[in-house]
Amino acid sequence: MGELQERVAELRETFRSGKTKHAAWRKSQLQAILKLLEEEDGEICKALEEDLGKHPVESYRDEVGILAKSVKHCLQNLDKWMAGKKVDVPLVAFPTTGQIVPEPLGVVLIFSSWNFPFGVALEPLIGAIAAGNAVVLKPSELAPASSSLLSHLIPIYLDNKAMLVIEGGPEIGQELLESKWDKIFFTGSARIGRIVMAAAVKHLTPVTLELGGKCPALLDTLDSLDDAKVAAKRIVGGKWGPCSGQACIAIDYVIVEEKFVSTLVDFLRQTIKKFYGDNPKELKHIAKIVNKKCYMRLKDLLHDPDVEASIVHGGSVDDEKLFIEPTILLNPPLDANIMTEEIFGPLLPIITVKNIQDSIVFINSRPKPLAIYVFTKDEHFKDRVIKETTSGSVTFNDALVQFALDTLPFGGVGESGFGRYHGKFSFDTFSHEKAILRRNFTEINFRYPPWNDLKLQFIRAVYNFDYMRLILLVLGLKR
Amino acid sequence: MKTTELDQNPVREFDAQAASFLVRDLRRVYASGKTRDYGWRVSQLRMVEKMATDCEKEIYEALRLDLNKPEIESFVHEISLTKASCQTMLKELKHWMAPQKAKAPLTVFPASAEIVSEPLGVVLVISTWNYPLLLSLDPVIGAIAAGNAVVLKPSEVAPATSTLLARILPRYVDSSAVRVVEGSVSATSLLLDQQWDKIFYTGNATIGQIVMSAAAKHLTPVVLELGGKSPVVVDPNTNLEVTVKRIASGKWGCNNGQTCVSPDYIITTKSFAPKLIEALKQTLENFYGNDPLNSKDLSRIVNLKHYNRLTRLLDDDKVCDKIVHGGQKDEKRLSISPTILLDVPLDSLIMKEEIFGPLLPIITVDDIEESFDLISSRSKPLAAYLFTMNKKLEQEFIGTISAGGMLINDTALHLTVHSLPFGGVGGSGMGNYHGKFSFDAFSHKKAVLHRGFAGDASARYPPFTPKKKAILKALVIGDLFGLILALLGWPRT
Repeated sequence: MGELQERVAELRETFRSGKTKHAAWRKSQLQAILKLLEEEDGEICKALEEDLGKHPVESYRDEVGILAKSVKHCLQNLDKWMAGKKVDVPLVAFPTTGQIVPEPLGVVLIFSSWNFPFGVALEPLIGAIAAGNAVVLKPSELAPASSSLLSHLIPIYLDNKAMLVIEGGPEIGQELLESKWDKIFFTGSARIGRIVMAAAVKHLTPVTLELGGKCPALLDTLDSLDDAKVAAKRIVGGKWGPCSGQACIAIDYVIVEEKFVSTLVDFLRQTIKKFYGDNPKELKHIAKIVNKKCYMRLKDLLHDPDVEASIVHGGSVDDEKLFIEPTILLNPPLDANIMTEEIFGPLLPIITVKNIQDSIVFINSRPKPLAIYVFTKDEHFKDRVIKETTSGSVTFNDALVQFALDTLPFGGVGESGFGRYHGKFSFDTFSHEKAILRRNFTEINFRYPPWNDLKLQFIRAVYNFDYMRLILLVLGLKR
Repeated sequence: MKTTELDQNPVREFDAQAASFLVRDLRRVYASGKTRDYGWRVSQLRMVEKMATDCEKEIYEALRLDLNKPEIESFVHEISLTKASCQTMLKELKHWMAPQKAKAPLTVFPASAEIVSEPLGVVLVISTWNYPLLLSLDPVIGAIAAGNAVVLKPSEVAPATSTLLARILPRYVDSSAVRVVEGSVSATSLLLDQQWDKIFYTGNATIGQIVMSAAAKHLTPVVLELGGKSPVVVDPNTNLEVTVKRIASGKWGCNNGQTCVSPDYIITTKSFAPKLIEALKQTLENFYGNDPLNSKDLSRIVNLKHYNRLTRLLDDDKVCDKIVHGGQKDEKRLSISPTILLDVPLDSLIMKEEIFGPLLPIITVDDIEESFDLISSRSKPLAAYLFTMNKKLEQEFIGTISAGGMLINDTALHLTVHSLPFGGVGGSGMGNYHGKFSFDAFSHKKAVLHRGFAGDASARYPPFTPKKKAILKALVIGDLFGLILALLGWPRT
């Protein structure tokens, strides 16, 4: 047994001891996360600045703040969630009581990604702890400062008999996947998602896959210019705001009516200037591209000649600083990589349609996205989007904010993944809903062989909910 | 034997092209939006229920051919449960389909949030042979209720029921959206090569792994309804007379032990075991008479392969001298009598594999609490049963042992309760169904957030300032007072 397996075996021992099942333990760990977030806010922001160039306010808005809110929500509701619920039981099983009791799954593995190295590491961790599991967290090696800070802080604040941070690259990931887990929670790309699910087969481990996809924003032609300005602001915020577009729910591209496109582009330009400054070489308050590999991938997307020709704003790059300016492209070819791959960076294609209603067919001809954003005042159009398209979520007249709601499930469908989390959904993701039925020893003998016609009549009456007939049979008045 | 039968039937040629055309056609039907319609779902569910009523005689006959299943078992376990499932759906569907309001907090004010259940698309149901009607139709009912197009692949190990389903289902339901594909392993693999939006599999862990591997290629979510060794703990402090009846009925009265929730083995105390065995013997005689091999009230073993598997379990050197009741076999009729074994070693084959047949080993312990460790040290079972009048023991059992479901003082009955989720955990599978849980298993829960254009907190956007952080902090923490101070520009110390 390797060192890694030994450490995992220790966690299993802790889980078996029953310690993590106690409400008091779960709460103390959640409190400790809260404490970590409060006390180490500065360190976390520093790590995020180092890995991704995130401004401390962005770090607080997207990671520390959101996490603090999640822990609080969890602490407030944990007793209620743990209590399970009573269920109604039909007369057939009378006298009986039914109950659903959530129980922890056991020892779970969380793979987090580099773009929100604290957010997508701790958010599932909160759920796993709340549900009473022992946890191994494998942060992404592509955000090394954050990964190392997590592996430093978690043992200080949390119970290290039940929680472990394992740092490392793909080889460590592979090695971890060899072990037996009771759940694997993965955030990342569809390609690695497939590898994770294939590895989970060996032990028939349930998985949650939080993937991405091309999230479209549909912008209807808005009558009020003020509304259009707000929409542009929210589109900019939804594209470049979260880690400079390197987010699974960032806006990937915009669909707009031809007649409205120039208004949109103007407002987007203005907003970009207002948010990030006039000098494209000296932009502030925007995250950087995570590494050379991602930078080259984005540059390749941009430098396809047909794509390059469609740039209407930005487009400058800096190989040394791994910098790509917020860039807007108008109608790049639909078969170009920029329109077939998830962009995951600061490039925003705009696709024009004659009528915004056509965007539904456009979306439906592509893989199901994690999120769809729709800016419109047309209630009929809203209804069509809800009913005729499929995506992890739909947000009207805003972007990204759905992530902040504990009351909404967060997760994909189809290519954007499966399983969901946040709030109670996180708790459920890491719990098994155990069905419990309790009976006493009161007995009706028609249940048992040897079978005869009378018993069959009894049973028919019961299953047809024909209580009158049942009474007559019991009284011997009917044969 | 069965393969030859299939090979001789050229009509049933199902190749890769047929499989891909099938899915393509269903995708087209699904894309038309027809299956999403409430009216369509209701009419299909009504027809499934009607089919179960109209074809009762034919169903009895098919189940008799496949398993020699007693009519009353066929009625209770297959027909009635199928109909009850339709009825639950019909009663509740409108309510389940309605979007569910969700609270929207201050952070995103003004806004409203809801969770919309939508169908997943085109789904595959692979069912099994022990309850070949119920375990085929019950998931299909869930898939239809949730608005999906569905392909059902019944098990070739119960050929009469498979053929019957392929014949009657298209007569009752909309065959443009609900299809049956018959066949053996090759048909199943051809189906698994296709891209589905969900795969619902009932069966064993080995095939479960094949299903999940195939699903991983297309990132398809799966429900795996597997089995496992479901233990029955019998505390000496119980009503013995009722206990043995309920064990016998859950073991032999449910398809002669060939049931995923069937009691697999009993754990009781050394001192209580003789009494328990005596009472079980008596019950078996009352139920099935002196000659159980000839009882009309017992199903037979499904086929020779399984018959041989079960005899091998019995012939194991470690257990052959442990039989305390039964043990009679008739290979010609694929019949094995209800058999009880006492104190078989834990490393014997019969205690390692899921038994899935009429053999019932009894393990003894000194103290009934020892049973908890014994169960917890093994793979998590689909069901765990306890018979006791001791409330404290009951509470400990529920708190300590992990299992798909638990039933106190009875066996198997919990799966008839549609308000309870039915499904395994760990080795007994993943995902659950029945009632609302079936609807959910075949639905995607879409988060929908509605906002207007007003109410924009500029703190969300760059350029960032310390004041913006203070506002965000107050918003996140739900500190209304702090928020007002921050908005007014009065820093708090």
